[in-house]
Amino acid sequence: MKILVCISRTPDTTAKIAFTDNNTKFATEGVQWIINPYDEWYALVKAIELKEKDPSTIIHLINVGCIDNEPIIRKALALGGDEGIRVNSNSEDAYVISSQIAAVAAPENYDLILLGKETIDHNGSSIGGMVSEMLDLNLISLSTGFQLNDTTIEATREIEGGEEIVILETPCVITCQKGMAEARIPNMRGIMAARTKPLKIIEPIPVSPLTETMAFELPPAKAGVKLIPADQPEILIQLLKEEAKTI
Amino acid sequence: MSVLIYIEHHDGKFKKSSLEALSYGHVIAKENNMATVAFVISDGRLPVADLGKYGATKVLTYSHIGINESDSKSLASLLCEVVKKENVTWIIFSNTLTAKLIAPRLSVRLKAGLVTGATGLPTKDGVVMRSVFSGKAFSAVKLNTEIKIISVNPNAYLINESPEKPEVAELVYSTSASTIKIKERRLSPGDIPLAEAERVVSGGRGLKGPENWGMIEELAKLLGAATACSRPVADANWRPHHEHVGQTGLAISPNLYIAIGISGAIQHLAGVNRSKTIVVINKDPEAPFFKSADYGIVGDAFEVVPKLIEAIKTTHG
Repeated sequence: MKILVCISRTPDTTAKIAFTDNNTKFATEGVQWIINPYDEWYALVKAIELKEKDPSTIIHLINVGCIDNEPIIRKALALGGDEGIRVNSNSEDAYVISSQIAAVAAPENYDLILLGKETIDHNGSSIGGMVSEMLDLNLISLSTGFQLNDTTIEATREIEGGEEIVILETPCVITCQKGMAEARIPNMRGIMAARTKPLKIIEPIPVSPLTETMAFELPPAKAGVKLIPADQPEILIQLLKEEAKTI
Repeated sequence: MSVLIYIEHHDGKFKKSSLEALSYGHVIAKENNMATVAFVISDGRLPVADLGKYGATKVLTYSHIGINESDSKSLASLLCEVVKKENVTWIIFSNTLTAKLIAPRLSVRLKAGLVTGATGLPTKDGVVMRSVFSGKAFSAVKLNTEIKIISVNPNAYLINESPEKPEVAELVYSTSASTIKIKERRLSPGDIPLAEAERVVSGGRGLKGPENWGMIEELAKLLGAATACSRPVADANWRPHHEHVGQTGLAISPNLYIAIGISGAIQHLAGVNRSKTIVVINKDPEAPFFKSADYGIVGDAFEVVPKLIEAIKTTHG
């Protein structure tokens, strides 16, 4: 079994969101970078669980990004990946990023390509679907868990208004979310081993983006909370009716 | 040329978020002098002509018997056929789980730029605002392609009535055999789907146990709201997981979000800060949630909520 886990680098969930260069760039000063939680907690840990069941499993990690992303690739290797691949591109366009992943994945014939349901910075939910189309693979979106029996997958996925269980054969792409696996922290042995695990750097293939991010904007600041006395909730009802006009 | 809107339905009714997408698509169509084509995979029982009320000039239906709706390949082939037939240049989805399954695949197949989670209409130059950083910011994204795909966040665009007399036609097309088998499908009960609810009443650990949810449900019912909960509540199995809103749960954007006994950790805020109006009821005046709230009541939920319910009953008659 050969698994590719796509990992993205995102600001920590508690990072302050601000922009520079006339609101065209995310302000990175003082920001802690992490592996996108959906990629790490769910996709990567699920791959590690599969490797624990079948030690012959090989886990490759791919990240599309600049050299600054290498610490998070090393962390993923420390958690349990076998080999890291970094495609040296700064693109923020989902189509370009997916094209890079697909170009690396195509000759490798992975049985499974796993990634999070979205990144917590772009919230695009696009890469899994795009990669699956580029490689002509089936896609299981928003999966909360799956079992693998030889080449057969039985996966639970969230759908509008509920969930369903689907059965299909590998290879396929699965986007992962809560329920898939439990978060882990790397141990010392893993951290030491990760130092010598291979991390390949690949130059990107030329692809034109389909979209272009022009600028960022922060939501208007809240006016501040209006406190209502606990014994007069009728004032709240009045404000929701007349001021906020939401009831 | 035309604007295509993908319409979803549940229990014989069109989804509210799909009607929002239709209203949104109709504005683009009018501005560009295009047809507004609503596309529905139907079980034959839907009042499809009603879509004319929201601006559809044509309703194209396809029988659900002909397709595996869990298979993104089949859905993409079907939609590509519609795009070709109707000369479509804009494709509008509501940003639902279904859109997340199909839209990226379609984007690649049609080489069409995709903006997900749009919060407003595109400008003349094809620039669309979308929600990023888990609701903490917006970005302006330019679509550079001939065909453009947008998935609009629920509650981001209001339903507009703009009556048209649509032509209704059925699409005949054979999708290739699917290699995904559906073993089981479980649809959760509940009148108002959380993702598209206009109002949401949510409870946290401060409610102490699942037996205390009666007042949350009563308040929700009085307000026509859906119920939700914080992560610890779902993790403790006090409430079902599909009610969990937050960073790892569902991200929602209702007009009114009432948080009761929730402190407002940053991970919770990531799922709810797109709400238009936030009300926080918490006995701890230092709860961080008050900083993001529009209205707040510092008080014990077990005293405040019953009084609130009484107040609503009185004012609503």
